[in-house]
Parts: sequence; structure tokens; C-alpha cells
Amino acid sequence: MKAQASLEGKNLIDEGESPGQRALKRLKRKKMTMICFAIVVAYILIMVLGYLHLLPDFQERIGAANEEPSFALAKILGTDLFGRSVFYKILIGTKTAMTIGFLTTAISVPVGIFFGSIAGYFGGKIDAVVMWIYTVLSSIPSILLLVGISYVLGKGLVSICIAMGAVGWVGLCRMIRGEVMKHKNLEYVMASRLLGASHMRIIFHHILPNVFHLAIISASLTTLAAIKSEVILTYLGVGIQNGASWGTMVADAGGELVNGIWWPLLGVTVAMFVILYALNIVGDALRDALDPKYVE
Amino acid sequence: MLSYIIRRVLQTIPITLGVALIVLILFTQVGEDPVRVKLGNHATAEAVAELRAKWDLDKPLPVQYVLFLKQIVSFDYGVSFNSGEKLSEMFASGAVASLSLTVPPFFLGLAMNLAVAVLIAFYRGSWIDRYSTVVFVAAMSVSYMVYVMFFQYFLAYKMGWFPISGYEPGFGSIVYLALPWLIIMVVSAGPEIRLFRTIFLDETKADYVRTAFAKGCSPARVMFVHIMKNAMIPILTYTVIEIPNLILGAFLIERFFSIPGTGDILLAAINNGDFPIIKGLTVLIAISFTFCNMLTDILYAYVDPRVQLDS
Repeated sequence: MKAQASLEGKNLIDEGESPGQRALKRLKRKKMTMICFAIVVAYILIMVLGYLHLLPDFQERIGAANEEPSFALAKILGTDLFGRSVFYKILIGTKTAMTIGFLTTAISVPVGIFFGSIAGYFGGKIDAVVMWIYTVLSSIPSILLLVGISYVLGKGLVSICIAMGAVGWVGLCRMIRGEVMKHKNLEYVMASRLLGASHMRIIFHHILPNVFHLAIISASLTTLAAIKSEVILTYLGVGIQNGASWGTMVADAGGELVNGIWWPLLGVTVAMFVILYALNIVGDALRDALDPKYVE
Repeated sequence: MLSYIIRRVLQTIPITLGVALIVLILFTQVGEDPVRVKLGNHATAEAVAELRAKWDLDKPLPVQYVLFLKQIVSFDYGVSFNSGEKLSEMFASGAVASLSLTVPPFFLGLAMNLAVAVLIAFYRGSWIDRYSTVVFVAAMSVSYMVYVMFFQYFLAYKMGWFPISGYEPGFGSIVYLALPWLIIMVVSAGPEIRLFRTIFLDETKADYVRTAFAKGCSPARVMFVHIMKNAMIPILTYTVIEIPNLILGAFLIERFFSIPGTGDILLAAINNGDFPIIKGLTVLIAISFTFCNMLTDILYAYVDPRVQLDS
């Protein structure tokens, strides 16, 4: 194969590009996409700094209660009821939000891939069981499942991630199942079956790389949805009960608005807006770049 | 067609059974004990046993499951653990409140979003398309909570155009519901318009569009007559699937504006451990989800002749 390539089509091979390279090229072309990627990386960095205990301590009093924003770094978003820096609290909230986003994704995407691919590949009884599970799960209002699961595991960060992950894998599972069903009858799968490859090897080594773009797109959207849901769940009393999160901050800030204290709500809203906007754009860009049917 | 419908109806049975099983396990085996929630931690053993027997919670799980299934089939969900009110009446009044909260903005928003989306799709690639995408993505990146808080603070508290919260049965509720309607429409505009735009744009690549142009149809005619008709199939699907959510109401808005809808009843029941309400509502919602899913499939098969029923 190699010898043949070097004889006849050397230039052709050299100029060709893998789908991955092509996707990367498409992603790099838009400046906005790259900026949004940088924003996501910056937020991840804040999360990492938080886990290394390198973020400033938000519990420390730095001034009077409810000070308006001023130009010192710690007071750039004013202070809260206890004289603590709102900006530092948002940084810790960023750590919480990104953790929730990633943990939820880390739970729901592998589960979705696994069930989706075995259901699509084996069909028959396995498919029927997986389909039954996801139809049942998606017919129950997700807030009930969230509440039920957080009853079992206790309220807190990990349990809402598990709960959101348990609800969130359904969509990806359905998509992967559909794609795998198309792929399992293609020639390359038959070829590897003839060569004696095991089912698991065919699924995870041959078919999965061809449908993996769905998982990448779903990961960016799941992260986004998880960050958004945390805020709502916390307000409804299901989410995080103590500790700094954007949800607890928004819930507190709403009550303070009436007293003319607008800066905590503005701060959280902007912090959320930036990451959600970036994830939206990155999700769209990934979909365009990774879609094999996309024609320029 | 008839055999397809019958098969589809039969398929809803195992799903309902599964939902009933999950709900029962979640809230009797792993959740907090509703008897303890009701009587507190210092109740005597006899009182606990008596209440447990009264609520059928002393029976083994399979028996409870069968009793639950009997309730589902007979549409008789018993009474609330807390207030003793009949559940069918509670659900009915909750559903009325929820529907009056969700239905008007849903259909009004749908019509407006469709109109905007078809215009954007018509001028695709122009500055209108590009800037509107930026605006809608930005609108989608603001938390639902922030919309609710800001609108309530600014339009109701500051400007005094709307009452801050409340609800009354009958037509008088319009005063209270106007602001929540506005919020629901604003929040749904971004995602819906983007979804519809994608649907319209997907259609523009179809062969029949090329044919229509070749026959000499004007771009406007192709967009508003040919494409519109075909795009209605996925849009119809989207609409039907949203119906159960309308019955369920909007948890957040109902909580925020103290509207006694289904969502609010369910949340209160979860906090009070009122198991019959949770059980009954969940199953009703799940059945309506299953039913609407079925309806979508049947409609789909009916509207689109390419769908094969026997596959």
C-alpha cells in the first residue's frame, strides 16, 4: 500500500487530509470560535486554580457590608452583606459551575455512548431493553428523577451531577444508536467481522470512531445545560444547599435587588453569560466542523 | 395504518408499567419515609404503624405495585396525605392554572417565532441573519432565573405595570399572568427561532426546491409555499411533544409568581413527602408524554408518505 502510494500518488497522499485535520482547519478559520475556545480554557483554568487552593479566600471580610463596586480588584463587583468580595465569590462559583458541567458530562456521555452503541449494534432484545429504559426515563418529569436521586445520595454537588447525568444520557444514546445502526451493515464492519474481530472490538474500535463526533458535540451541550440547570435547581431547593455556587448567588441576589443592591446579580449574570455564550458558539462550531455531511 | 396505530397503543403499556415501578421504588424504598415526614421524628410506634397501615405502606412492594396499577387504570388516585383533599380535584385545578399560564404564550410565541424564523431563513446569509444569530445566542446565554428576576423587578416593582405576583381563578387572572406570559415568550424565542431556522434551511437543500426554481417560481414563492409546507412536518412534531410540558406548567415561574399550577403542586408535594400526589402526577404526566409521542409518530406517518410503518 505504502509502496504503491509512493510510486503513483505521492502528491495526492501528501496533500490529502484526515477528517480530524479538516475539522481543525474549519474550527481555526473563525476568529470568534477561537476566542470562545480561549474563554472556555480560561474558565477551566479558574476551576483548576480553585482545586489547587490558589483562588483568594472569599470568606474573608474586605470592607463594609454591601459596598458598591469600586476600582480595587477585590471590590470590582462590590461586597456582599457580610463585607465579603463578590468577585472572589464568583470565582469560587466558577469552580463549582465548571465542576458540575464536567462531572455531569463525564457521567452522561460514556453511559450514552455505551448503551447507544450496544443497542444499535446488537438490535433485538438488547435494543428493546435499552429503548424501554430510555423511553421510561424520558417520560418521567426530570425534576422528579433529580429529586429522587438527590434523596438517595443526599443533597450536594456530586449527587446533582449524578442525577443530571442519569437524566442527560438519553438524547446522546438515541443519536448514537441511530448512527451505529447505519454503520453496522457497512462494508468495513463486515470486513472486520470476516477477519474474526470480536463484537466489542468492532463496536469500540471500528464503529465508535466514526460516530464519536456526536459525543463531542453532546459534551459541549451537556456542560452548558448542566451549568444552566444548577441555577434553577438550587432555587427550587434541590441543588446545592451550602457553599458558593452561581445558583445560591442568584437566589440570594434576587431578594437583594429590591434594596437596590444590583451588583451581585449583575456579576453572576455576566460570569454565566460569558461561559454560556462561549459554550454555545463552541458547540455550534464543533457541529459544523465535525459534521461529515457538511459541504463548503 | 390501523394495525400500526394498534401496535403503537400497545407499546405504551410497558412504558407505563416501567414508570410506575420507578416512581414506586424511588419514593417508597429510597426516599424519606412519608409517615415520618407527616408525624415527625417523635411519634409513637403505634401512631406510625397505624398511619402506615392506613396509607397501605405496610404492604409488600409487589402488592403496593398492583394497587398502584389499579389506581392508574381506574384514574382514582386517592387523597393527599397532607390535606386529605381528593387528588383528582387538585390535579384539575392545578392543570387549569398551569394551562392558562403556558398555553397562550406557547401558541402566540410559536406563531411569532415561526414568522421571524421564516424571514431570517429567507434572508439567509445577509446581515440580518448574522446579527440575529448573535442576538439569539446571547439571549440564550442568560439564565432563566435572571430573566424572571429582572422582569419582575423592573416591570412589576419599578415600573408598576404588572402586579408582582399572585393568581386568581377565572378571567381576572390575566392581570397576574401577563408578565409570566411575556417572560415565557422571551425565553423561548431564542432556541425556537434557531431551531425553526435550521429546519427551514435544511429544506432549502432538498431536490424539490431546485425543481421549483427550475420551473420559474420566485424565491418568495418557493420559501413561503413549497418550503413552508414541508418544514411543517418537523415543526408539528416539536409542537406535539411540547404539550405535556404545558400541562406540567413551568416550575420556576409558578414558584416565583405563586401560581398554584401542577408544577407548584408537585414541588410542594416533594417537599412535604406527599406521596400520593407525586405518584399520581408523575404517572399522569408520563402517560401524556407517551400519548403525545404516539400521536407524533402517527401524525408523522399520516402526513409524510415516505415514512414506512412496518419497519
